Amino acid sequence: MTCSEFLAELDDLIDNSVTPTLRADLELHLRECEHCVITLNTTRKTIEIYRQHELYELPTALRERLQAAILAKCKRGC
Amino acid sequence: MKIQRHLPGGQSAEPDHAPVKIGQELLHPPVSHHPKGANPLKPSESPTIEPVGAPEEVHPDVALVERARGGDVHAFETLVKQYDRQVFRIAQHITQNREDAQDVVQDAFLKAYEKLDQFQGNSKFYTWLVRIAVNEALMRLRKRRTGKMVSIDEDVQTEEGSVPRDLAEWRPNPEQEYGQSELADILRKTINGLPPGFRVVFVLRDVEGLSTEETANALGLSVPAVKSRLLRARLQLRERLSRYFRKKNNEDGVQ
Ligand SMILES: [Zn+2]
Repeated sequence: MTCSEFLAELDDLIDNSVTPTLRADLELHLRECEHCVITLNTTRKTIEIYRQHELYELPTALRERLQAAILAKCKRGC
Repeated sequence: MKIQRHLPGGQSAEPDHAPVKIGQELLHPPVSHHPKGANPLKPSESPTIEPVGAPEEVHPDVALVERARGGDVHAFETLVKQYDRQVFRIAQHITQNREDAQDVVQDAFLKAYEKLDQFQGNSKFYTWLVRIAVNEALMRLRKRRTGKMVSIDEDVQTEEGSVPRDLAEWRPNPEQEYGQSELADILRKTINGLPPGFRVVFVLRDVEGLSTEETANALGLSVPAVKSRLLRARLQLRERLSRYFRKKNNEDGVQ
């Protein structure tokens, strides 16, 4: 397996949706390719960091204002 | 003494050898829209093709949509409260502008309310709402960038996303070396550097947790298109974050 072939399966590997046979091939590649190990680990970490950090919070006051505005218009029949 | 990690009865959630899974959602059993169970209404008595029966398989949103269609504003209010934060986040990621994102929240819900009759029930209400919100957000983005074509359909040619060049290892838990607001700035700046068509796929799929199919549905893209964008988005973010998180030359592994 080449690095490009590994990369083509990277998302499925991260999302845990590869067949056992393919997983074995991918793991074999990982054992001999440090580059792909780093790519896999840091890509996983990238996703994890973005999942764990709320970048755009909607403040409560603004949220309530928006909700009130939406519902007022709905009640008027938009 | 060895600690037995498995609960009796094979209830252990994760096999020991399972790799760390990121973005794994609870596996929802596929919802059948054609329940095989007995339909309480005889066919002759159900002239419409409205989904009826099998209430245990119907997503709670469907009932709320039904009530909202019938003029129950409180039912719609429940849907607004359930999804306004997600819509705001998605809109903010696309427009990168706070006022626009607020407008998108309002317009998306109002449009959804107007078009409730068109909601088919063969997708989730949330996915349908996201599709409306994404379109609204792209419209706002276009207005701000007049003359510049903005589309999630454009195929962005880029060198990044092929085999990565910057292959430095990262420090362990590098994000913890930054203060909360500094880290948030880094993450925003980094994701804002992606083309909108990649950004939105990453946000829906990895941040908001939609499935590949739901993302494709919400964006009007094919599944393969979503997959190729997701890979490139993930790799580009990874490469850009490396600037901040990589091991420093004197730490170890000098090459
Ligand atoms: Zn490799």
